[in-house]
Amino acid sequence: MSLNVEHHETRVLPSEKPLRLLDNAGHALHGRETGGFELPPVETLLELYRRMVIARRFDVQVTALTKQGRLATYPSAYGQEACEIGVISAITADDWFFPTYRDSIALLTRGLAPAEILQSFRGDWHNGWDQHAHRTASMATPLATQALHAVGLAHAARLRRDPIVTLTYLGDGATSEGDAHEAFNFAAVWQTPTVFLVQNNQFAISTPLARQTHATTLADKAVGYGMPGYHVDGNDIAAMYAVASAAVERARSGGGPTLIEGLTYRIESHTNSDDPTRYRQQRDVEHWKRRDPIERLEKYLVSEGALTDVVRAEIGEAAEELAARTRDAMSEEPQLDPLELFDHVYATPRAALAEQRAALEAELAAHAAHVAHAGAAGVPAR
Amino acid sequence: MSTAATERAADAAASAPQPLTMAGALNAALRDAMEADDRVVVYGEDVGPLGGVFRVTDGLQARFGDERVWDSPLAESGIVGTAVGMAMYGLRPVVEMQFDAFSYPAFEQIVSHVAKMRNRTKGHVSLPMVIRIPCAGAIGGVEHHSDSSEAYWAATPGLTVVMPSNPADAYSMLREAIESDDPVVFMEPKSRYWSKATLELPVRTEPMDRAQVVREGSDVTLIGYGPTVRTALDAAAAAEAEGLSIEVVDLRSLSPFDDETVGASVRKTSRAAVIHEAAQFGGYGAEVAARLTERNFFHLAAPILRITGWDIPYPSPKLEEHHLPTPDRVLDALASWEWDLA
Ligand SMILES: Cc1ncc(C[n+]2csc(CCOP(=O)(O)OP(=O)(O)O)c2C)c(N)n1
Repeated sequence: MSLNVEHHETRVLPSEKPLRLLDNAGHALHGRETGGFELPPVETLLELYRRMVIARRFDVQVTALTKQGRLATYPSAYGQEACEIGVISAITADDWFFPTYRDSIALLTRGLAPAEILQSFRGDWHNGWDQHAHRTASMATPLATQALHAVGLAHAARLRRDPIVTLTYLGDGATSEGDAHEAFNFAAVWQTPTVFLVQNNQFAISTPLARQTHATTLADKAVGYGMPGYHVDGNDIAAMYAVASAAVERARSGGGPTLIEGLTYRIESHTNSDDPTRYRQQRDVEHWKRRDPIERLEKYLVSEGALTDVVRAEIGEAAEELAARTRDAMSEEPQLDPLELFDHVYATPRAALAEQRAALEAELAAHAAHVAHAGAAGVPAR
Repeated sequence: MSTAATERAADAAASAPQPLTMAGALNAALRDAMEADDRVVVYGEDVGPLGGVFRVTDGLQARFGDERVWDSPLAESGIVGTAVGMAMYGLRPVVEMQFDAFSYPAFEQIVSHVAKMRNRTKGHVSLPMVIRIPCAGAIGGVEHHSDSSEAYWAATPGLTVVMPSNPADAYSMLREAIESDDPVVFMEPKSRYWSKATLELPVRTEPMDRAQVVREGSDVTLIGYGPTVRTALDAAAAAEAEGLSIEVVDLRSLSPFDDETVGASVRKTSRAAVIHEAAQFGGYGAEVAARLTERNFFHLAAPILRITGWDIPYPSPKLEEHHLPTPDRVLDALASWEWDLA
């Protein structure tokens, strides 16, 4: 196609060792391990820290609400904050984000309200937020399907000469799906401004990475499509943000797509209905807890004198305020109108659906009359 | 002549009445739709310089350039999945699945996203896109080139599923499908691609959600769509010699189903049979028979019949004639009713 840009050098193999800018003790690294990326300024890192702390508080709160039965299900991202927040923070409000079910905290950072993010998990409606207003697609549940939507939208934007970037998140398991392959390939062939984040949290429900792929790293896959791939320490938000920012900038300037693998770990279960003790060792969980992304950055920020007690208290208050708002939002029963079921199936009205709507309306009216009658007759309404 | 003059001459020729095949009519519809609306883009496998394996996109890339018409990588899920993103961004993609059975890799995208997007987003996202699927058999195709997949799509809420049977409808319905704000699965019966009609473009026939009585009759209603409209008309012509007056209804739209037009015909004749190439079990004909019975039972003199392909995978070319419903098979089926000719 004529939109194709010149071929960039994309044959660089991702490093086998994940790129890092901060080590686990919060020390800034130099040299090979950094892959030539620079540590973001301390103000940026402080803001990323703030976002991670708030996101984790949200995640913990929602997990608790799920255990109380307020939500039908919730896929937690506890431990994955550096991937979730670092990468979404690299795009602007004009760019488009295509999330999966795991990415509630990225949506939070994107500015969606708790009630909007959680409506599908509570069971109100699948995904009812205004996607165009937020430039944020629905959470996709069929694995890897949303990656193609991200590529298509990016291509449409290029045809319109709009300088936007699309970002999509995938899990490690999702990279085995045909749609992931098709999305990587379409993006590379069409040179769309798309950034793919693969959050390698090492399990797809219970299936470990070794049963998912024989590749050394998931970033290696990028090479075969002819796009750059980066294997990054997914618990180092400085690295995630720096690599993502570079990828976004390259995409925006016509340099095509990038695949970023964040190597991380899912601390919680897959969802509340999963029993992780059946497939993983508690000592592995403990090992990864010691590599916590928030603590790592905290050590760095404290050593730089950027994270004072005052700032810490202020962030803590903001997190508690959000948790309270989330509890409030989930404690109100949503007002749902069953007749709305028929409202959004077709743009063009259908006679058969109007008939079915009328049938449900009659059922509801009959039920209401029955309840009223039972009440009048002194029978307690159920 | 200058290029512009040549194009003007071509345009003038296009509007004058001229014999067109169904493939040609579809091609003209795409061209006119792209001319009328620059949001319309066309892509798929081999649709560019080759013009598609059935030449339905012939000449479009030369006319509109490769930012409006292009060859995509060979991946059906990718084609439909990227079209979802494009439609979200305001384009109106018209994508081609090369053959019916090769649309199955896109099944998930079509069923889980294309059909549901409007609903799952409470109407915030509509997907104005058209998925063109050359369908059905009788062209001597080898395995995987002759499937009838319409029941899968028609059973999916959120999709509009249409199938023209003649060049005029092909033109009109494709224009309408592209203009629709809902996603449309547009099925093109391959065996009718070369059927001809003299058309003055742009022709507009009945709205695409309406069935059409294509032959009047008083004794029996034969219901067909796509390739079997021809079968029904041939059966009706043969029956006439035996004194049986057959009315033929072309459904045109499988979803929505036009209860009004078909119901009126069935109440008039009191007998009905539905014909399709696809297997009978769980097929689209079952839906037709059931809904017509539910609504018209006391007008019916006999059970509604289904004349269909056998319940087998589509056979090899040398055996397909034994699978496909023929006019004879239709007449034999009608003869199975107990006729009270008094
Ligand atoms: C196409 C498809 N197949 C199966 C499932 C069921 N399923 C839901 S989540 C999941 C595991 C996904 O793992 P991964 O991609 O690593 O993401 P993670 O949940 O770990 O973030 C599976 C198999 C699905 N949602 N979609």
